[in-house]
Amino acid sequence: MKAAVIVFPGSNCDRDCAVGVERATGATVEMIWHAEPQLPKGLDLIVLPGGFSYGDYLRCGAMAAQSPVMKAVVAAANDGVPTLGICNGFQILCEARLLPGALLRNEKLKYICKPVDLEIVNGNTRFTAAFGERRTARMTIGNGEGNFFAGEDLLNRLEGEGQVVFRYANENPNGSARNIAGIINQQGNVLGMMPHPDRAFEAELGSADGAVLFRSVLG
Amino acid sequence: MKAKVQVFLKPGVLDVQGKAIEGALHGLGFSGVDHVRVGKTIEFDLAASDRGKAEAELKDMCERLLANTVIESYRVEVA
Repeated sequence: MKAAVIVFPGSNCDRDCAVGVERATGATVEMIWHAEPQLPKGLDLIVLPGGFSYGDYLRCGAMAAQSPVMKAVVAAANDGVPTLGICNGFQILCEARLLPGALLRNEKLKYICKPVDLEIVNGNTRFTAAFGERRTARMTIGNGEGNFFAGEDLLNRLEGEGQVVFRYANENPNGSARNIAGIINQQGNVLGMMPHPDRAFEAELGSADGAVLFRSVLG
Repeated sequence: MKAKVQVFLKPGVLDVQGKAIEGALHGLGFSGVDHVRVGKTIEFDLAASDRGKAEAELKDMCERLLANTVIESYRVEVA
């Protein structure tokens, strides 16, 4: 199995993603710099990591979405390559229009970093299948702009078509519409989520649920 | 030409910064303040032969990069 982690200037979870994916799945992980116009052939997973790509200039993820490597990421995602955007990676996927909606400033204007309980709303995606019958997971969030926004029609469509994959279970930390923590595209190969599987890949980190997610997609 | 682009969160999209500033202004005694919205202004020189073309180009820039039209609206000015 082969995965690529895209590294933008200002990414800060790229190493975590690489180590998490490697340890959880044994996959070979290549780090791909944002200026690369091409991706390696035969990828089984592309990860857009968390961080502050391009210093969050203009809008979170807006500059990264225009970087050379993203043309290749969009092409690969449209070709069906599983693509996972975590935190800033989720913002980049929205800005690149691989996922609908947008992420706003947190309702209380605070950067929030803490473990959260998640409801696995759709356990039948390639990213969640390995959770089996489990419908809860625990991962850490760390964001200032994780407040998912979409119009009512889009929210209804996302819910109706099983595109809401994760919801905040007990409390809504950031004001996200309908407690949404992660959504998937219609084709089922592009997942964006604010919680960090890369900070939850072994029990010593407080949760190994991120490893289950990585194993789902690379199992 | 001088181009000026203003970007604001759309009406109906919660502007938490605007709300916080409104609260602070009320705290300073400016009790008449209401509906504060925080936006950004982007200014630049633009080589364009006529105003119509410049405005069309600015609109394209906004749709593709300067604004996220899911959450933001924009105004363009050319002078």
